Amino acid sequence: MIAEAGLASLWLAAGLAALQMLLAFISFRGAIDRGRQMRGVAVVQGVLTLISFVMLLLVFARTDLSVALVAENSHSAKPFIYKVAAAWGNHEGSMLMWVTVLAVAGAILALYSRRTSERTLVAALGAQAALAIGFYAFLLIASNPFARLFPAPLEGQGFNPLLQDPGLAFHPPTLYFGYVGLSVGFSLAVGALLTGEVDSRLARAMRPWVLGAWVLLTLGITAGSYWAYYELGWGGWWFWDPVENASLMPWLAATALLHSINVLAARGALKAWTMMLAVIAFSMSMVGTFLVRSGVLTSVHAFAIDPQRGAFLLVLLALYVGAAFTLFAVRAPALREGAPFELVSRETGLVVNNLILSVILGTVFVGTLYPLFVEAVSGEKLSVGAPYFNAVAGPLALILALLVGVGPLLSWRRQSRPVLRRLVAPALIGATMLVITVIVAPGISMLARAGLAVGAYLIAASIVPLTGRNPLRAPLQTWGMVVAHCGMGIALVGAAANAAFTTERLAVAQLGETLKVGPWLVQLQSVRPAAGKNWTALEAKLFASRGQGRVTLRPETRYFTNPQAETNEAAIVTFWNGQLYTVLGKADPSGGWQLRLWWKPFVTLIWLGGALIALGGALAMAGRIHWRRKRTGSEWKRR
Amino acid sequence: MRRAILLVALLVAVPAFADSNMPPAYWADRQLPDARQEVQAEALMDQIRCLVCQGQSIADSDAELAGDMRDLVRRRIAAGESPGSIRAWLIARYGSWISYRPTSEPSALPLWLVPLALLLAGGTLLLRRVAVRRRK
Repeated sequence: MIAEAGLASLWLAAGLAALQMLLAFISFRGAIDRGRQMRGVAVVQGVLTLISFVMLLLVFARTDLSVALVAENSHSAKPFIYKVAAAWGNHEGSMLMWVTVLAVAGAILALYSRRTSERTLVAALGAQAALAIGFYAFLLIASNPFARLFPAPLEGQGFNPLLQDPGLAFHPPTLYFGYVGLSVGFSLAVGALLTGEVDSRLARAMRPWVLGAWVLLTLGITAGSYWAYYELGWGGWWFWDPVENASLMPWLAATALLHSINVLAARGALKAWTMMLAVIAFSMSMVGTFLVRSGVLTSVHAFAIDPQRGAFLLVLLALYVGAAFTLFAVRAPALREGAPFELVSRETGLVVNNLILSVILGTVFVGTLYPLFVEAVSGEKLSVGAPYFNAVAGPLALILALLVGVGPLLSWRRQSRPVLRRLVAPALIGATMLVITVIVAPGISMLARAGLAVGAYLIAASIVPLTGRNPLRAPLQTWGMVVAHCGMGIALVGAAANAAFTTERLAVAQLGETLKVGPWLVQLQSVRPAAGKNWTALEAKLFASRGQGRVTLRPETRYFTNPQAETNEAAIVTFWNGQLYTVLGKADPSGGWQLRLWWKPFVTLIWLGGALIALGGALAMAGRIHWRRKRTGSEWKRR
Repeated sequence: MRRAILLVALLVAVPAFADSNMPPAYWADRQLPDARQEVQAEALMDQIRCLVCQGQSIADSDAELAGDMRDLVRRRIAAGESPGSIRAWLIARYGSWISYRPTSEPSALPLWLVPLALLLAGGTLLLRRVAVRRRK
């Protein structure tokens, strides 16, 4: 019954989405104002979808094997938390989660949006409903998560053990909230283009959504990167894999968008460009969904291999993106230009930021999709990977990082006083770093050296906006910007230090033998069996020391039974200046054990930087909300 | 999102599980004694695609095939062959699909032209707008 209830509420929600679109159409034509009813419909639609998703969680929590999806993706012997997480670790379940976030975001927009005009909101809710209908149809026609299986099997097929990890259980939801949070930006942009009310009010309405989605995307990408780092067992933290790129593209677009929104909110300028970015950002989310969910990457790649699904998603993508761009082409020329600005001004700074981010986005887009295109057209297989992306996006990111130091110091409209004076100290710090690396490590790559220098400069430069006034009285959003920019510098230093200074040791060790990696001496003490709820393992015990003191590490090779698979559990210890990363490999015919050891100086700065970037976004959001409360409070008093 | 890597790693892991009785190739997970040669070998291995994996180079894959190919690269480097000629040999044998470094083939040209075109177009647009505004 639970599964049927879930399916029924999904159908009802789809019906309400259609009604919502109809009401939007009626209201928009000016016949009767149905704004209030629409809000109600949007809220009920969100609640129904949420119920449907909870039903899916329930059948997974109870391991109801008569539901096909559960039988295919779960197993009675799994730990409870992973039984629940299996609900979104598959194609149908994750698409239901996607749609749930879409509908709930629409409901929240209907409930709390007071900033735009009623007409724009009505149009935006109509757009949100139009988006939802397509994906409801996709679920109900091509990916029903509640399909029954008769007779029910005695046991489920289990769940990919690599996904049995707390990091991964919560990684997809975070990313999905981010991806789909951008849908509200898309709908508001479509609504505003329809009504022609592209102004600073709209930018303020859009900003919390874009900021919130961006914070979650940042967290999701950062956490995913760390997860890949410790779970895949080779010490890599970013692979330029198409699926990673699928999450990076919306992030890049959202980063550009949240900067240009500020121009629109503060100065009423960059109207058309901001609307375009809002459309692009969610389009990138849909492109990412298409890439991951359609099976286009390779047949083994996606969770479901079904050309019908791929074609369905492609049609949806073409329909929504095509319609939004057509609307943009028709309406954008009518938008009046906002306040003017001069060449040296904060506006220009933000435009340049947008330009570089767009070029990086274009690079990732072409590098990810062009090989697929070539293969589809001519059958030729192109390999595009890290060497290409690093070569093109790396220098661009460094130029961007240099300018990130300058932008916040410029004033709106026109900068009259010289600004570079304030950057003398950061520039000196960067130059010092450059000199030090040339002396201490002459052999490292140009890109890594530049990354270290520019990162050090940026960390210093990011703090400059707080100088020259009492930093405690600076608004919270200024602090947010400083923290995020500083995080970017820190991540840059971490990535460059990891690339430049990592030392690797791959060797066979006999019991009791000591291996050297970087400053560390690592001794293999023992290799013993161990067991968990649904796995057995071989666990090595390593003593590591550099000088005095010693730490114990226990890397494992785990053997899962349902389904049969083998995973490496790396053992990592973190110190202030880096991580010691150890992996237990196979037994050697000589009686020893294969060990893989890395000393990775300052590698943790990568994720610390990512976390700071997200924290900066959260601070900015808190600042805006606080600021609005204060303002509406005083307005209220005036009345 | 990294499920892809995972999934493939899993697909790869199953066969590895099946024939894990076979010892890995000698140089699969052993470094060359000559540090300079090892650096050369690693730089090359980072750019060679693991043919049975998705989005992984042979330098960071658990697949047996990747181990065999690491063995091959290290052996040839140790024998004094240049990384360029090993890459050329691999491309001749497996096609340009095996190399992550985009080649100079005409079909790879858009990869370089699109970012350049975007940069030029955006830059021109920006300069023109600022110029127009100044005249006003």
